[in-house]
Amino acid sequence: MKRATNTWLGLSILIVLLMLSVPAAGFAQGSDPTDDDVNAVAKQLYCPVCENIPLDACGTAACEQWRGIIYDKLKEGWSEDQIKDYFVAQYGDRVLAEPPKQGFNWLAYLVPGLVFAGGSFLLYRGFDQWKKSAPAAEESAKKSLDEDPSRDVYISRVEDELKKRSGGSK
Amino acid sequence: MVAEIGFGSLFITLIFSIYGIGAAVYGAQHRNQAWISSAKNAMQLVFPLLTISIASLLYLLVNNHFEVAYVADVTSTTMPAYLKMTALWGGQAGSLLFWSWLLAAFTSAVTLRKWDRDQDLLPWVIVVNLVTLTFFLILNVFYENPFNMIWQDVSGGYSFSFIQPLGTIQIFPVQGSGLNPLLRHPGMIIHPPMQYLGFVGFIIPFSFAIATLITRRTDDRWIQLSRGWTLWAWLFLSLGLILGARWAYDVLGWGGYWGWDPVENSAFMPWLSGTAYLHAVLIKEKRGMFKQLTMVLSILTYLLVIFGTFITRSGLLSSVHSFAQSKIGPVFLIFISLTIIISVWLMSSRWRELRSKQIIRSFFSREGLIIISVVLFLGLLVTVFWGVLFPIISELVIGQKVTVGPPFYERVAAPIFGALLILMILCPLAVWTFMSYKNLGKLLWKPFLISLAGIAFPIIGGLDKWSAVIAFWLVTFVLAVNLFEIAKRINIRRNTEDESWWSSLARVLKRNRRSLSAMIIHIAMVLMALGIIGIEFFQTETQGTIAEGQELQLAPYTMEYEDLEIFDAPDGRNVARAVVLIKKDGRVIDKIYPRRDYYYDSRQPVTIPGVRSTLLDDFYVILVDWKEVTSDGATFKVYHNPLVKWLWIGTYVFVIGVVFATWPEKKKKTAK
Amino acid sequence: MKKILLWGGLIVFLVILGVGLFRSQQGQVNVGEPAPDFELISFKGEKYQLSDLKGNVVVINFWASWCESCKPEAKDLEDAYQSYLSRGDVIFLGIDYVDTEPEALAYLEEFGVTYPNGPDLKTSISQAYRIRGVPETFIIDKNGTIAFVKIGPFQSLAEILSIIDPLLN
Repeated sequence: MKRATNTWLGLSILIVLLMLSVPAAGFAQGSDPTDDDVNAVAKQLYCPVCENIPLDACGTAACEQWRGIIYDKLKEGWSEDQIKDYFVAQYGDRVLAEPPKQGFNWLAYLVPGLVFAGGSFLLYRGFDQWKKSAPAAEESAKKSLDEDPSRDVYISRVEDELKKRSGGSK
Repeated sequence: MVAEIGFGSLFITLIFSIYGIGAAVYGAQHRNQAWISSAKNAMQLVFPLLTISIASLLYLLVNNHFEVAYVADVTSTTMPAYLKMTALWGGQAGSLLFWSWLLAAFTSAVTLRKWDRDQDLLPWVIVVNLVTLTFFLILNVFYENPFNMIWQDVSGGYSFSFIQPLGTIQIFPVQGSGLNPLLRHPGMIIHPPMQYLGFVGFIIPFSFAIATLITRRTDDRWIQLSRGWTLWAWLFLSLGLILGARWAYDVLGWGGYWGWDPVENSAFMPWLSGTAYLHAVLIKEKRGMFKQLTMVLSILTYLLVIFGTFITRSGLLSSVHSFAQSKIGPVFLIFISLTIIISVWLMSSRWRELRSKQIIRSFFSREGLIIISVVLFLGLLVTVFWGVLFPIISELVIGQKVTVGPPFYERVAAPIFGALLILMILCPLAVWTFMSYKNLGKLLWKPFLISLAGIAFPIIGGLDKWSAVIAFWLVTFVLAVNLFEIAKRINIRRNTEDESWWSSLARVLKRNRRSLSAMIIHIAMVLMALGIIGIEFFQTETQGTIAEGQELQLAPYTMEYEDLEIFDAPDGRNVARAVVLIKKDGRVIDKIYPRRDYYYDSRQPVTIPGVRSTLLDDFYVILVDWKEVTSDGATFKVYHNPLVKWLWIGTYVFVIGVVFATWPEKKKKTAK
Repeated sequence: MKKILLWGGLIVFLVILGVGLFRSQQGQVNVGEPAPDFELISFKGEKYQLSDLKGNVVVINFWASWCESCKPEAKDLEDAYQSYLSRGDVIFLGIDYVDTEPEALAYLEEFGVTYPNGPDLKTSISQAYRIRGVPETFIIDKNGTIAFVKIGPFQSLAEILSIIDPLLN
């Protein structure tokens, strides 16, 4: 059982790690920033006024201005992180796609982590408990089989039928 | 005249609904069948009565009765008739009435079944249904009345009510504001009704569960009774989500289909708990375990539905989806508080009586795998719930608004879906109670080889992103295992019967409806996963402003801006329609027509992309509508979305699978 | 024990919803309430702390360069400022709401605005005053209490003067 748990845990951790790969955005420095360069940064920011709309998809005049700021800053050679920090200083934390990992906002990330840990633990405990109830049932089932030899005949006949139907495999 | 009929009928429905509650409670307390029957009749009538209200409102909408405030809000003379009808759910008041009408449909429908066997549950089912309906009718009548007229007083101020205030005159505007252009799309015609049906449908299983708790029954009759209803509600809810995603992809112009918006999430959460319920109930039926869990999940699904409706409509959250500021917030909060508190109290006071013995021998038994899947669904549910709630908490505690956006959810959703894929590989092979490693190995090795072959091609083709490789491999593996299992069952038949391959298939489908529909649905999920992996991992985009004759490149295609037509369409919009050629390796392979529609009445533009869609990828071109569109320069946003068509193909297979699961059986049912 | 956790959590959840709902339904700060204090750093770099300005009538105007309805009142506000300038006890502060500096400066130049204007960093000032949009103006009397709230643009210079004059004593 321990082996199975470990395999399962290991597999899930592996998948977690795998799924964490995120493509990084790059842009051309020095030369005139293209629309794509601006969008690569804008994609990671949210419109400060209209809620839950990413800055690259927002069509308002205000959003055009904000993309203009990104363009200007990129042209001056600012990095992506510097631009994001500037937006946060100007407009608040809500322009980021996720709460910044500081102070109270750590709670946002803590809870899913606790849930995952808690869920795994509950499952593990649960399976332990459910298995404990099992052996008794298994024992009694085995016993009844041993005590009744006539059942064997029928069982072997059923097995023969099954063999025939599945084409002899298994 | 018509507005009076509509409102009158609405008011009468409210009266009947309140009467039904009283009659059912009285009948239950005094064991008086006559009163319960009367309550049932009242409940039966709510749907026809509300249909009169809906029909009146539709009449007013289609016939430009702008003296009714709602009609002026959401329609205009330039809209075609079918759009005026869909404007029924284009604004808060109309959509609330539409909600009540659909709720009434389910409520009245449940009275039509034979209740002889379940006399003690009936009065409480009536009470739960009618209390809910009464609440929404109160909203319709007193807070968001779609039949309110426009009145103007001497100082020129406007007011909106059904009864004329003193000192005002009635106004008859000649034109309305028109429906929000984003809503004038075929997707919008079918997405809200489906979504609402999915939401309100869950009241029926909820009412059966609550009735069971109230009557202190500990058997599973409620599960049997609600099985069909739950499946249909779940189907509609799934369709609502799928159609919403499709509409977002087709119309919203950001090349995506799901934004993890709080309103989207509030539809996703009941889906997650509903799916967990459908899986848990399998264990319940086959092995008699997890009684408490199934009860909790059924009730939780409905509670999430009303929680979702609350946050969407109360103004607590704002998003592209939410309705304008409304006064229904406080009374809605009271309603959901009472519903949650009563449900939780009932469950906790009956908790001991609902206990069942859980015996699971191994992880790899069917019930073991199912319970793991339930935990996974619930884990994602809790995360999404937290993500929706956190911005509210954060603002209250530290005063700063934060956004919880896609990265937060994707980080958790991706591994959970990956784990679910693994489960989908094992589940068709798992048998109830026990599974040994040896057996598992024997059943898996052939599909495993096929999955390796399947993954070889993309790797040879140059795929080096290892997370994508793993994802594709899982997808192929699940497909292989499920198809193998179906083929094996057909073969078993063919070894003993002498029939064609097709009739074997038909027989197998008929005999193994449950497990096969599950396999079909899982295959559908995997096809959808294929599309999602394609677009999430491999989407590329570009944007550029070009003149006619110029090109934009997005590997492996090139688009050329060939032509532009600007004209006024008869339904009140100005259309700028670009002709775009798609080229590959220098040769023109297709022509698409992205356009920008500008609606005069609502003064809003909408952009409709031009898309070339194949099994391999979508080439998706949007005319950016906040920049000028001229022959000398138009701004295009171009997306390359590999494999996304499989997402939609998967949804079709999904529908087939669920319909197959719910198809009525030919042989006579003994218990219903 | 489990029951306490369950019901406790449920109550906390409902309270969160309730308080959140209440906050979202609250309008702007009301007349009669003390004006929320704030610090404004103007585009020119000067610092203004509202609490330091007690004893003066303070006019706080929220605007943005992308706001079409702000434009009609811009000139009127400047004219009002000029007319009270010699008195020295009426302060005008322009709060630029989620705007971009180049466009904001261009807007100020276009309408010839000379009184102090600064960006609302992190939207803390607009959140304190709970504005719902722009333009909105809050006029604070000499005791630091909110005397008048104007939602939307002023219709005329006369309107502005008629509101401020009674507060000068």
